[in-house]
Amino acid sequence: MDKTKFNLAEAVVDIPDGATVMIGGFGGAGAPIELIHSLLERFRATGHPKHLTLVNNNAGNGHVGLGALIECGTVKRLICSFPRSVDSRAFSQKYRAKEIELELVPQGTFAERIRAGGAGIPAFYTPTALGTDLARNKPVAEFDGRMYLQERWLKADFALIKAEVGDEHGNLTYRMAGRNFNPLMAMAAQCTVAQVRRIVPAGRIDPETVVTPGIFVTRVVEVSDPQQEEQLNRAGAIF
Amino acid sequence: MINKLSNAQIAWRAAQDIEDGVYVNLGIGFPELVARFQPAGREAVFHTENGVLGFGAAPPSGAEHWDLINAGKKAITLKPGAAFFHHADSFAMVRGGHLDVAILGAYQVAENGDLANWSTGPNDVPAVGGAMDLVHGAKRVAVVTEHVTKHGQPKLVRRCSMPLTGVACVNRIYTSLAVIDIESSRFVLREKLPAVSLDELQSVTAAELKIDGTVVDLTVPGDVS
Repeated sequence: MDKTKFNLAEAVVDIPDGATVMIGGFGGAGAPIELIHSLLERFRATGHPKHLTLVNNNAGNGHVGLGALIECGTVKRLICSFPRSVDSRAFSQKYRAKEIELELVPQGTFAERIRAGGAGIPAFYTPTALGTDLARNKPVAEFDGRMYLQERWLKADFALIKAEVGDEHGNLTYRMAGRNFNPLMAMAAQCTVAQVRRIVPAGRIDPETVVTPGIFVTRVVEVSDPQQEEQLNRAGAIF
Repeated sequence: MINKLSNAQIAWRAAQDIEDGVYVNLGIGFPELVARFQPAGREAVFHTENGVLGFGAAPPSGAEHWDLINAGKKAITLKPGAAFFHHADSFAMVRGGHLDVAILGAYQVAENGDLANWSTGPNDVPAVGGAMDLVHGAKRVAVVTEHVTKHGQPKLVRRCSMPLTGVACVNRIYTSLAVIDIESSRFVLREKLPAVSLDELQSVTAAELKIDGTVVDLTVPGDVS
């Protein structure tokens, strides 16, 4: 059992055309910038993978990370809750030019759909969005005198996530609010790739503090000094 | 010309209704100001939907941790007793009825409590975030807003013309002119600026303002600006 024998290129080499890829992070917090850039480098070198469906809460900021991935044209469809940021031009230009499809999902529903995907729950009911434009064509049902909207699970072929410490078994801990969607996406994908600041031998993470148990994780890649989207943008970086 | 309240003054008034020991979520932008005016002797715990309970003010420039941000993607600090959690737990707190108060901004609020605050129409890139979850999860949903748009159009209306965030979800509205409750699908006037007459207030409100008991003078300390 050793899930740590991958470099950044190997970790994303088998993502196929048309794949659904979940990418962790909320804005720049917990965003796996190096994994995204590795995927982008592969696309630039080979033209693959193309026609991706991307699942992320946002739509990138500036010309690094998710923004750069959207800008390069490999993303066909985006499922998110909030595709606006200080500089989300990469997405908004493609959206206005109808070069990218958008499925907008309320944030709590988005999180729960991913959790449900990982937990084997095909659908659930929520009061969120009832009576709004985002409820169109969705079944409703009454429970204990109140109406609820049916929402379906969300699953992926791959998840690219960021964590703080990982071990050979794939057990993960996170850093502050960088946790966000990462543990949920780890559960919801066929193949979960985690970049971590530090890989440690099995036994070094106290089992009491494991947030994502290794059963949900396929590959662990060490990126010891990860870049933060916010700092890259403040420096005017373009990837 | 009426001397209406500034956003900070509206936020101050909203903060006076936040009790000790409650869990509060403040929307991005204007509602975030409410945190600056917590009354002395009361401690509210602030929730941000991206996975933090118990956060405090922004850190000094240069001391930011970019994995420690709020829903508006701004750097924050932690207070003693803070906790981190993932997004599904965060919205379990919201949807599960554990959050006491949510304070949001608004494009329009209807007299039946409908709120429109996420989309200005088809020409906009739509973005909803957590607003639709918050309005049906928090025990009390309040709105802070200008009383009219920058073009002078009423924001308090009979029925929202803009896309809804939630149906019949708002309990109280703090505006630049008044404090208004929504009860039995009606606007009930609780407080108004003393310099504004009832007729003037009604003329910039596109649904009937009910009076139920005394209308209190809406006053804000002079040092809140």
